[in-house]
Amino acid sequence: METEGLIPHLFRTEYRKIVSTLCKHFGFEQIEIAEDLASDTFLAAAQVWAMKGMPVNPAAWLYNVAKNKAKNYLQHNHVFEHKIAAAIKNEVSSVDEDEIDLSAENINDSQLQMMFAICHPAISPEAQVGLSLRILCGFGIDEIAEAFLTNKELINKRLFRAKEILREQKIKIELPARAEIDGRLSTVLTTIYLLFNEGYYSAGQNHTIRKELCLEAMRLCNMLVEYEATNKPQVNALLALMCFHASRLDARMNESGELILYEEQDTGLWNGELISKGAYFLSRSASGNRASKYHLEAAIAWWQTQKEDTNEKWEQMLQLHDQLLQIEYSPIAALNRAYALSKVNGKAAAIEAAEQVSLNKHHLYHALLADLYIGIDNAKAMTHLQKAMSLARSAADRAILTRKILLYEQKNTA
Amino acid sequence: MEEFILIFRHEDGSKIASPEQMQIWMKQTMDWLAGIAVKGRYEGKGNGLGFDDSRVVWHNNVVTNGPFGEIKETIGGYVIVKADSADEAAEFAKGCPVLQGEGNSVEVRKLVH
Repeated sequence: METEGLIPHLFRTEYRKIVSTLCKHFGFEQIEIAEDLASDTFLAAAQVWAMKGMPVNPAAWLYNVAKNKAKNYLQHNHVFEHKIAAAIKNEVSSVDEDEIDLSAENINDSQLQMMFAICHPAISPEAQVGLSLRILCGFGIDEIAEAFLTNKELINKRLFRAKEILREQKIKIELPARAEIDGRLSTVLTTIYLLFNEGYYSAGQNHTIRKELCLEAMRLCNMLVEYEATNKPQVNALLALMCFHASRLDARMNESGELILYEEQDTGLWNGELISKGAYFLSRSASGNRASKYHLEAAIAWWQTQKEDTNEKWEQMLQLHDQLLQIEYSPIAALNRAYALSKVNGKAAAIEAAEQVSLNKHHLYHALLADLYIGIDNAKAMTHLQKAMSLARSAADRAILTRKILLYEQKNTA
Repeated sequence: MEEFILIFRHEDGSKIASPEQMQIWMKQTMDWLAGIAVKGRYEGKGNGLGFDDSRVVWHNNVVTNGPFGEIKETIGGYVIVKADSADEAAEFAKGCPVLQGEGNSVEVRKLVH
């Protein structure tokens, strides 16, 4: 480990490990205690290291301090419970001196178990993503609020409520039984994918935070891949999918945070390493006899890493979109399919397909139809563009639509 | 050249800051101290003072846990610097990251040997 200078995100990385491990030790009932003890540990580090310099092994230093703080807390707590217990004749000494285990192995296990506990169907997907960011990724409340484009109070409230539910329902911090893993895994994967999409598509302006959301989602997924019981085909497929998309993170946004359309991206900025990583996980996902939606999306995402338009590319894409719709219909997926259809069977066929999608309150619906109508019925294209403009909410989407409108106006007057 | 102790008074940061924020504070403090050290004025005797597991011993040997409660101005740490005057030491103190927090302060006191 690097010991000189400032290790990027050391505190954040270690925070989630310490919180997960302490929480595992204390149980969910005392998650706030675990969070407090972890925060205290970092405050001590900030004070001591600033003046004395970094210790040789910063992580070990942190674990040691966290352990002592936890022991201290347990001792105080024990005295307290002892007295109360004597009075109300409750059972005692559940808080014995059993060692808090901060070995690499236990930290890893605790984080995986925590992932399953947080991604529990009892709490809303939004709260799952929020709690994941806080506890599994070590984000501050400020940063979460920024990612969700909302205020701190709301996030605090949301997280508080979610923790309450987890306590009320007595959710255990443990891995589900083998037989249940597949079912529970799907919620975990949904949350990870939401987390990724939050970074990839959210309207938030802070590019660094958005990128980190994507990377955190990939890290969590990677933990699942590295653990034997959760190293399933669909997990590998999701990781592949995220690698392919993430390969364009630096190319799809300019310095001022505006989105750059796929067609206009500098392929030199595409991350080749991530593309090959994605290909590796995609190949590992090809076992078992079931193609999950992540498999299909990963395959589509792979074709998107091939910039050149070929017949083969679009025919494959169309087939994949067809299968995806069969597994799980969504209007957005149907629009994407219509776009692929336009590349294979021409615009007229695509218009017919797109107009059957009941999504006329969404800007993407109108943006797609505008693209399809160009050259066929320019007036109609313009109407759709304006409709899209009136429905688009994020600044990035509006900027793109404005540019398109200007472009079309120029074409029409020329 | 005299020795001055700079005493930081501030809130318990662990209740308000994210780990990321604390790491930023740490870096700022290191940078600040390095700035004093390159002038050869840092005595290197700084310490952070923990907020938990502390005691206050009062008149009649009454012991309480920590001086805290509602008090914002608890002592969070100190460093010792060398300076020609209290004013110069105060100039050093002005760069202390603790002062970013409203209501926080750095007290400058001459060490009497």
